Parts: sequence; C-alpha cells; structure tokens
Amino acid sequence: MLLIYCPHCQEHREEEEFSYGGEAHITRPVAPESLTDAEWGDYLFFRKNPRGLHHEMWYHGVGCRRYFNATRNTLTYEILETYLVGTQPQITGAGV
Amino acid sequence: MILNAVDTMKRYSAFSLLKNALTYHENWQKVWRNPTPKKDYDVIIVGGGGHGLATAYYLAKVHGITNVAVVEKGYLGGGNTARNTTIIRSNYLWDEAAQLYELSLKLWEGLSQELNYNVMFSQRGVLNLGHNLQDMRDIERRVNANRLNGIDGEVVTPERIKEIAPLINISRNSRYPILGASWQPRGGTARHDAVAWGYARGADALGVDMIQQTEVTGIRRKDGAVVGVETTNGFIGARKVACVTAGSSGLVAAMAGIRLPVESRPLQAMVSEPVKPCLDTVVMSNAVHGYVSQSDKGDLVIGAGVDSYNGYGQRGSFNVIEHTVQAICELFPAFSRLQMNRQWGGIVDTCPDACPIISKTSVGGLYFNCGWGTGGFKATPGSGFVFADTVANDRPHPLAAAFNIDRFNTGALIDEHGAAGVAH
Repeated sequence: MLLIYCPHCQEHREEEEFSYGGEAHITRPVAPESLTDAEWGDYLFFRKNPRGLHHEMWYHGVGCRRYFNATRNTLTYEILETYLVGTQPQITGAGV
Repeated sequence: MILNAVDTMKRYSAFSLLKNALTYHENWQKVWRNPTPKKDYDVIIVGGGGHGLATAYYLAKVHGITNVAVVEKGYLGGGNTARNTTIIRSNYLWDEAAQLYELSLKLWEGLSQELNYNVMFSQRGVLNLGHNLQDMRDIERRVNANRLNGIDGEVVTPERIKEIAPLINISRNSRYPILGASWQPRGGTARHDAVAWGYARGADALGVDMIQQTEVTGIRRKDGAVVGVETTNGFIGARKVACVTAGSSGLVAAMAGIRLPVESRPLQAMVSEPVKPCLDTVVMSNAVHGYVSQSDKGDLVIGAGVDSYNGYGQRGSFNVIEHTVQAICELFPAFSRLQMNRQWGGIVDTCPDACPIISKTSVGGLYFNCGWGTGGFKATPGSGFVFADTVANDRPHPLAAAFNIDRFNTGALIDEHGAAGVAH
C-alpha cells in the first residue's frame, strides 16, 4: 500500500484515496484541428512508460478532489516528491 | 488446421514411456539444445515466452525459415507465460478480435497432437458473470456477436450457472448478485509451462536456437533497417528482428528509437492450497475483478485486476488483491476457508484499446507483437501463427492487419475493454 503525500491536504494518505491520472506535463494542443493524424494520435495515446523515474498525475478523490503531480520510481514504487500542477519537478532523471 | 508433427526429435509415446521406465527414466533425451549463438540469423526473436516461442515454431514449420534464434534474458517461459491464470476463450466482441482469438482457440484444439507434447488443454467452459442489468445487456450483445462470428456461446440463467458450478452463491441478496452469464463451452484452461516447452521443443527440433540467459541491450540499425541485436553476450546479426517482450516492450522499442502506445502495469494472481475437485469450469467476473478455476493439482487459481498505475515491480498492490479475494469469497462462500499458498505479479503491457499490436514498424525488418495486456495467454498459438506470417512475408497477416500500430493514428481502434475480462 502506497502512502501518498497530498500537497493540497498536506498529509500522507493511503493509496486507495487516490486515482492514478497517467503521465504528467502533457499539454493539450492549442489548435487540435491543425494537427496531423500522427500528432493527434501521439497526444491521445502515446505515453512515456519508463522503468525508473516517472512524473505522473494523481487525483485525491476521497480527499480534496484535486489533481497533483508525483515523481515516482516505477520499479521500486518509491514516491520521491509530490508537487502542484503547473510547477516543475525537483527530481528529474532518465528512466532506466 | 493439422500440421505434421515434428519428425527429427524422438517422439513421446506410450512406447517411449515404457522403454524409459525400464531404465528408471534416466535416459530421456534433452527437450531442447543449449547452443552457442551463431554470428547471424535470418530472424531473431526477442523474448522467449509463449508468444515468442510460438512465433519461432510457426516460422520454421509453416514458412520454412529455420535459421532463427530466440533470445531470452531469463529462461524460456519464465515471464508472464509462467504467471498467468491459463484461461482460454475466444468470446470477444469485435470481428477483428474475435477472429484472431478464435483462430487461436482452433489451434489449441489440436495443439497437443501438433506438438507431440501434452499441453493439458481442457475445454471445461468459461462463465463470464453479469451482476447488473447493464452487464446482462453487454453479455447478450457480446454473445450475439460471437454467434454471428461462428463462436460458441450462450446466455445462461443463474439456475443454469448453479448447475455448472454448484458452489457458487446465486442468492439475490448477495453483495454482487448474479443475474446471468455468458457461457462458452469450448473455452477452458491449459498448462501454461507446457505450452512454452512444447513450442520450444518443436522449434528446436526444426533448427531454431534457444539462446537463454542473454539479454538484448540494443537494436543495431543501418540505413533505417535492423542489422542485428546487441546482447549481454555480444552482437548477433539478423536480417529481421521480431520483438515479443510483453511488459518490457516499451523499453525494447526505445532501443530502436520508436514509441509504443503501451503502459506496463502489474497484474496479480494467486493459488490456494490444493483441495479435492470442487470447480470444473472457469468462472470470471469482470465487474468484481476476480476469476477462478481449479488446476489439475487441486489448487484454486485466482486472478486479480491490474494495478491502476504503471509499474515494473513484479508484485502488485495489496488493495487490488484484497478486492479480488473479497469478490471471490462473495461468489464462492466456501472458498473463504481456504488458505492462499502463493501470490505473484507479472508485468503486462496494456494498450489503450485492450487489443494487441501485431505490426511492422517504421524501422525496416523490425516487428512488434505486444500490447496483449491482461489476456495474452489464450492467444499464444494464434499470435505466433499470424506474427510468423507477418515476419516471414514482411506484410501483415490478414487477421493481423487490423492490429497494426497505425490504428492509434487513424483512430481505427478495436475497443475490447468489455471482453478483455479484467478491468483496466
């Protein structure tokens, strides 16, 4: 069971209170109609899938009902940091 | 589809069993060789799981391409092939998927004879339960679609379910009341290890090299086409490289500079202590994330849902397995007395539409067969069959065409989340 620190609630809570939101820092295209099929497919379906550090969104559905970001190691499941949407991670590094 | 059994190896038979019994079973032949890699091959298959080994077998058997190596970082059939819950069925909703899984089921039906290896294929039937009105509407739609595709199936009542699986609780007052189910009598289970071993033995006898304990660390390319693979045991040349690496597919694709729309997540399963026969079919419930069957050894094989988040740790979340055990105990109250012997996880490569990718890529001579997600075991023979054809002819097999990676750009997805059997 992961203990996740919600930066809004400023508390560690059990993972069942949260839902996973997938890769973080994906920007919605400003003008979707101008994208090629390849670019649109890339935006919709192609995600980073690293074995190692991963920046990802989480939703605190049973708490504050707000999204935030986390940097997590997908091999050890260690959560290295959580941070607000719109800010950048402190911990970065290539996936293994 | 009946192909001739492999000739060059010593066949298993009642006679060979008797003969070897006279020497206390000490003189059985090696099931496959352990060769030193050649300098280069026509085809290198990355990943020695069931799908990779089936691909190797059909490349050699059907297409006569025998200068083939299967490169496996661990041991043959030691990944998801060893970790799944061995359920086989073909009751998928959409035509494309249904035809692929049905090809597979037809191959399963003759596989032990084909390979001269007992894969313990048991057509004990598969029940997919419905717990609310929408489940039942979906089940009726799916069964009707199956029948239009020539796949056996019927919608059964709770009373009929109780006849098939007497220990099940069909009370209307249970937490997940059972309103009905789809029933595919031709579905069932097989022995997961035997499938890998049978294909490996068959491919080996036709000249395919099994290179174990050798991890692919890079895919060497020249002028936009593959020329071989870098491995922990040095470079091996190849005209074609076919990757069948399940949960590691994203990592292998990155070696060739291409991206896949797959995310790797742990899927868990467990087995109970062995008990006397009490369940002679497969019971699945998509809605409550549990599926169960009983192995020939007597243990109940229970599968859970997939973790909601990406992960490469081969274990899985406690809360996922807790939900599954709750659901199983609710469906089969008698099972609450059982102890669980082992629990494990495998890394499955989930696709956005819960369908596989069987495809050429933008790199010449590089092919991917991945994205089977939570339900690849049942497809092992068909997957290998169509992928071998795709690799041999450098164009998609007709049944694989719809599973091209381009579908994520064209939008022609095949949404099988409903029939995939595991909530994603």
